[in-house]
Amino acid sequence: MSEFLAANLPHLLSGISVGGQYALIAIGYTMVYGILRLINFAHGDVFMVAGLVMVYATASLPIYVSIILVVVVTVALGVLIEKVAYRPLRSAPRMSVMISAIGVSYLLQNCALYFTGGLPQIYPSIPFLSKQVQIGTASTKMVTIITPILTVILVIVLVMMIKKTKVGMAMRAVSRDFETSELMGIKINNVISMTFAIGCFLAAIGSLLYFTNYNSVIPTSGAMPGLKAFVAAVFGGIGSVPGAVVGAFVIGICENIIKGMGLTEFSDAFTFVLLIVILLVKPTGIFGEKSTDKV
Amino acid sequence: MGKRLKPAVAPEKKIGTLIAIVLLAALYVFLFLLDNALPTNSTTTMLIPVLKKGAIYALVCVSMNLLNGFTGLFSLGQAGFMLIGAYVFAIFSIPADQHNSVYQYFDGGAIQFSIPESLGRLLGENAGNFWGAIICILIAGAVSAIFAALIGIPVLRLKSDYLAIATLGFAEIIRAIFQWNGLGKITNGSNLLRKYTNFHDIKIQIGGTIFQLDTIFPFFIATLSILTIVLLVNSSYGRAFKSIRDDEVAAEAMGINLFKHKMLSFVISSFYAGVGGALLAMFQTTIQAAPFRSTMTYEILLIVVIGGIGSITGSCIASFLYIACSEWWLRFLDSGSFLGMEVSFFRDGFRKVVFSVVIMIIVLFFSRGIMGDKELSFAGIIRKIRKRRQVKAVPADGEIQEKEDESHE
Amino acid sequence: MSERTNVLRLENITMQFGGVVAVNNLSMKVDEGEIVALIGPNGAGKTTAFNVITGVYQPTNGQVAFYDKAYIRNHPQGKMKKIYKGENPLLYTEEHTLELPDGADALAAKQAEKARDHYVFSSHVMAPTPDHITKMGIARTFQNIRLWKSMTVFDNVIIAKHMRAKHNIFSSTFRASWKEEARMRKETEELLREQGLWQHRDELATSLPYGLQRRLEIARALATDPKLLLLDEPAAGMNPQETLELAEFIHEIRDRHHLTILLIEHHMDLVMNISDRIYVLDFGSLIAQGLPSEIQKNQHVIDAYLGVVEDE
Repeated sequence: MSEFLAANLPHLLSGISVGGQYALIAIGYTMVYGILRLINFAHGDVFMVAGLVMVYATASLPIYVSIILVVVVTVALGVLIEKVAYRPLRSAPRMSVMISAIGVSYLLQNCALYFTGGLPQIYPSIPFLSKQVQIGTASTKMVTIITPILTVILVIVLVMMIKKTKVGMAMRAVSRDFETSELMGIKINNVISMTFAIGCFLAAIGSLLYFTNYNSVIPTSGAMPGLKAFVAAVFGGIGSVPGAVVGAFVIGICENIIKGMGLTEFSDAFTFVLLIVILLVKPTGIFGEKSTDKV
Repeated sequence: MGKRLKPAVAPEKKIGTLIAIVLLAALYVFLFLLDNALPTNSTTTMLIPVLKKGAIYALVCVSMNLLNGFTGLFSLGQAGFMLIGAYVFAIFSIPADQHNSVYQYFDGGAIQFSIPESLGRLLGENAGNFWGAIICILIAGAVSAIFAALIGIPVLRLKSDYLAIATLGFAEIIRAIFQWNGLGKITNGSNLLRKYTNFHDIKIQIGGTIFQLDTIFPFFIATLSILTIVLLVNSSYGRAFKSIRDDEVAAEAMGINLFKHKMLSFVISSFYAGVGGALLAMFQTTIQAAPFRSTMTYEILLIVVIGGIGSITGSCIASFLYIACSEWWLRFLDSGSFLGMEVSFFRDGFRKVVFSVVIMIIVLFFSRGIMGDKELSFAGIIRKIRKRRQVKAVPADGEIQEKEDESHE
Repeated sequence: MSERTNVLRLENITMQFGGVVAVNNLSMKVDEGEIVALIGPNGAGKTTAFNVITGVYQPTNGQVAFYDKAYIRNHPQGKMKKIYKGENPLLYTEEHTLELPDGADALAAKQAEKARDHYVFSSHVMAPTPDHITKMGIARTFQNIRLWKSMTVFDNVIIAKHMRAKHNIFSSTFRASWKEEARMRKETEELLREQGLWQHRDELATSLPYGLQRRLEIARALATDPKLLLLDEPAAGMNPQETLELAEFIHEIRDRHHLTILLIEHHMDLVMNISDRIYVLDFGSLIAQGLPSEIQKNQHVIDAYLGVVEDE
C-alpha cells in the first residue's frame, strides 16, 4: 500500500490539484444549470479567455494588478455573454439556448485564434504559485498545495452565501421555480447575472491556478477542462455545489492515476466513460434530487 | 384496381419534379465537363474543392438534421461517427504494397489487403477503384451505424441536454480509441493514414478514353444519400420521427415506440455521417483522428442552424454557402488586403471571427435560418408564382370587378 | 351485469410519489360497452389514475388488467418498501398469504391458486411502456391538449395509424408498402370526414379553434383502433351548448366504434347525462361508486365537493 502510494504520490498530488481547478470551473456550470437548465458550453472558453487576458495584461502591467484585471474582465465577460446571448432567448426552446451557447463558444475560440495567431501563449509565472516545494517523495509547485485549500475555502464561503444571504436565498428560489419566484418579486435577471458573475469569478481564479500548472494557453485550452468540469457537475448531481466539487476531485485524481498507468490517451476518455456510467446508473448524480415530469 | 389507390399527384408537383431532374442532370453535365473538359484557371481551382467539400458537408449536415431537426434528438456525436467512417474507409483501401510505409511504426499493420485493389484484379483497375470505393464507403457507413446502435442502447434513454453531453462524450471516447497506439496495427495510432483511394483515383473508361470523375463522385454519393433521407422523412416513419420531436409523451401514447424510432433515426443518421466521413477522407487524401473534435460537430450544427433546423434543402444551401465563404469568397479577410487596400486587421483568423459573429447574429435574431422548417421546392415556387398572377389578374379584369359592384348595389 | 366482460380492472392501485400518496388502494372496473366516469375534486388523483392505466407512471402497488389479463403489476420495492404508506403492501409479493379456512394447507392452496390463474397473486412485476398499452387497445386524450404542433390535422391523425401498419423502415422509405400507405390515407380520410375535420385537413393542428382541437385529439385516439377510450376532461373549456353536443358525440363514437369509455370530467351535467356508472375519488381514495342517481344523493360526495365544515 505504502509502496503504491509512494509510486503514485506525484500523480495523486497533481490529481488533487487539477481536481480543485476543475471544481472551480464546475461550480459555474452547476449553478447556471441549476437556474437556467442550460449547459453553458461557453464557460470553458471564458476560462480560456481569462488565461489569455493574464498573458496580455502581464506584458505591460505588474502581476498583482494583472490578477485583479483578469478577475474583473472575466466576470464582466460572463455577465455580458448572459445579457447578449442567453437573455433574449429566455422564452425560446431549450435547444436554441444551447445552440446559442455553442455559438458563443465558437466565437470566443475564433477570437482567441485571431488574437494569438494560433500560437501557444506562454503563461506568466506567478512568483508565489510557481515556487517549487518538496512533499514526501514528490517535488512540485506551490500551486499544487494551494489549489485544494483555496478551493475548499471558496466553496465553503459560497455555500454559506447560498444558505445565509438574501441573494443566495433568491438563487435557490429561482432554481426551484422560475415563474413563481418572478411572481414573488424576485428580480430574476439580477439573480441570473449574479450567478454568472460568481461562476466566472471562480473560473478566473481557476484559470490562474490551472495555467500556472500548464504554462501555456491556446484557443482550445478551455474546451477540455470545460467539458470535464461539466461532467464533474453531472457526476455530483447537477445544481449541487458540493456535488460538483466532489465530482471534480474524483475526475482530477482518476485521470492523473490513469496517466500514471501509462494510458495517457484514455485520460480524457475516462471522464466521459464516468459520465455515461453515472447517467445510466444514477442520472441525477450522487447528490442530485429526483424530479418527475408532469403529464 | 391498384392504380386507383395511388394518391393523385398535383400538376405543380409533376412540373416541379421535372424541373428538379432537369437541373440535376444539367449540374451533372457541368461537373463532368469540369472534371474533363474545362481548362483549369484560378476560378476552377477554387470552385472544384468548394463543390466537393460542399457536397460532403451537405450530406453530413442533412444527416445531423435528420436527428436534431426531424427527430428532436439533440445529439453532438456527429464528428465521432465521421471519424469512424473516415478510418474504416482508409483502412480498407490502402493498397497492399503501401502498408509497410503507412504503418511504418506498426510492422506494416494487421490488415494486408485493399478492397479496391482486390476488385481491380477482377474488373480492371478503374472499375476496381470505383466499385471498391463504393463498397468501402458502404462498409464505413455500416460500421458507424453498428457503433451508433451500441452507443444508442444506453444513451437514447437520456433526455435533451444529457443526451447532447453523452453523445459528445462518446465521440471523444471514439477519438481516444482510434488514437490509441494499442490498436496501432489497425488504426496506425496517432499517425496519419494515407495513400488510400481518393477522388482522383475514381475514373471511368468508355471505349478507349478515360474520364475523370473527381467531382462527380462525391456529388453522386451525396445526392443518392440525401434523396434517401428525403424519402425517409416523407414516409410514415419520417412522420413518426416528427411526432417524437413535437411531443414525446403524445407520440408514445399514440403507439409509437420511442426507443425503436429514436434508435432508427440515430443509426441512420450515423450511417450517413460515416459515409460523409469516408468522403471527407477521400477529399483530404490523408486522415488523422485529432481534428474530429467537438469543434467539428459544433461547426456542422451551426451550418444546420443557418440552413434551418428541420429543412433538408436549407442544410444543403447552407453547406455550400458556408464552404464557399470559408474556402473562397471570404479568403480576403485572412489575406491582409481587400480590393487592393491594405487592412491591418485582416489577418489570419479574421475570417473565422467574422463567421462566428454572423452565426451569432443568425442564432439570436434569425433563429429560423434560411429556410426555417420549410423546404425549397419548384412545385412551391410555381404555386407562389401562380397565386401572385391570380392576385394581379383579378383587379386587372375590370368586368368581374364591375359585376360585383353591381350586385352589391 | 356480472355476465358482461370486464374490459378494464384496477386492483388495489396505489401511486406514491416520494412521501405523497396520489392514489390510494384504488379498485375499479369497466365493463364492455359501458361509459364510466371518474370524478372528484381537483387534485383527487384522477389524471394520475389515467397515467397509471396508460403506463406513463408505474404504480407503486397493485395490478391492472385488460380483458381479464393483467398487464401492469407492481409491489413496493427497494427504497419504497420502507416509506410505503399505502395499503396491502404484500398483496402482490411472494410473501403474500391467502386467508384460508382452518386446517387448510397454505402452500398447497397458494399453488392451486397460481395454477388456476397465473396472473393473480404473482409477484411478477409488469411495466409495459405506453406504446405497448396503446397497441393492446387502450387509447387516451390529454387534459391539456397535446397535439403535434408543427403538423397538419391530417398528419396528426395518420401518425396514430403508424403503429398498426404492416411496413418496415425500408419498405416505407422506398415506397414498397405504398398500398399500406394508401390504406392509411383512406382510413384517415374517413375518420376526418366522420369527425367533421376534413375541410381543415391541411391546416396546422394548433390553428384550429379549441373545441375542434379537442375533437382532433379524440379522432387521433380513435385512429389507433382502440377497444377502450380514456377521455381526460373532454368538455374542459366548452360552453354549455358544446357540452350538450359532446354528450351526443360520445354516445355516437361509442356505438360506431364499439368502444368502452372511461372519462374524467368536471361538468356534472355531462357526467350525470352520459355515464352508466360513476366512481368518485377524493384525496386519492375511492369514496363512492354507483349509478348517477345514487352518486347525486351520496353525502360523502357532496361533502367532498363542497368541503365539510368541521366543528372544533
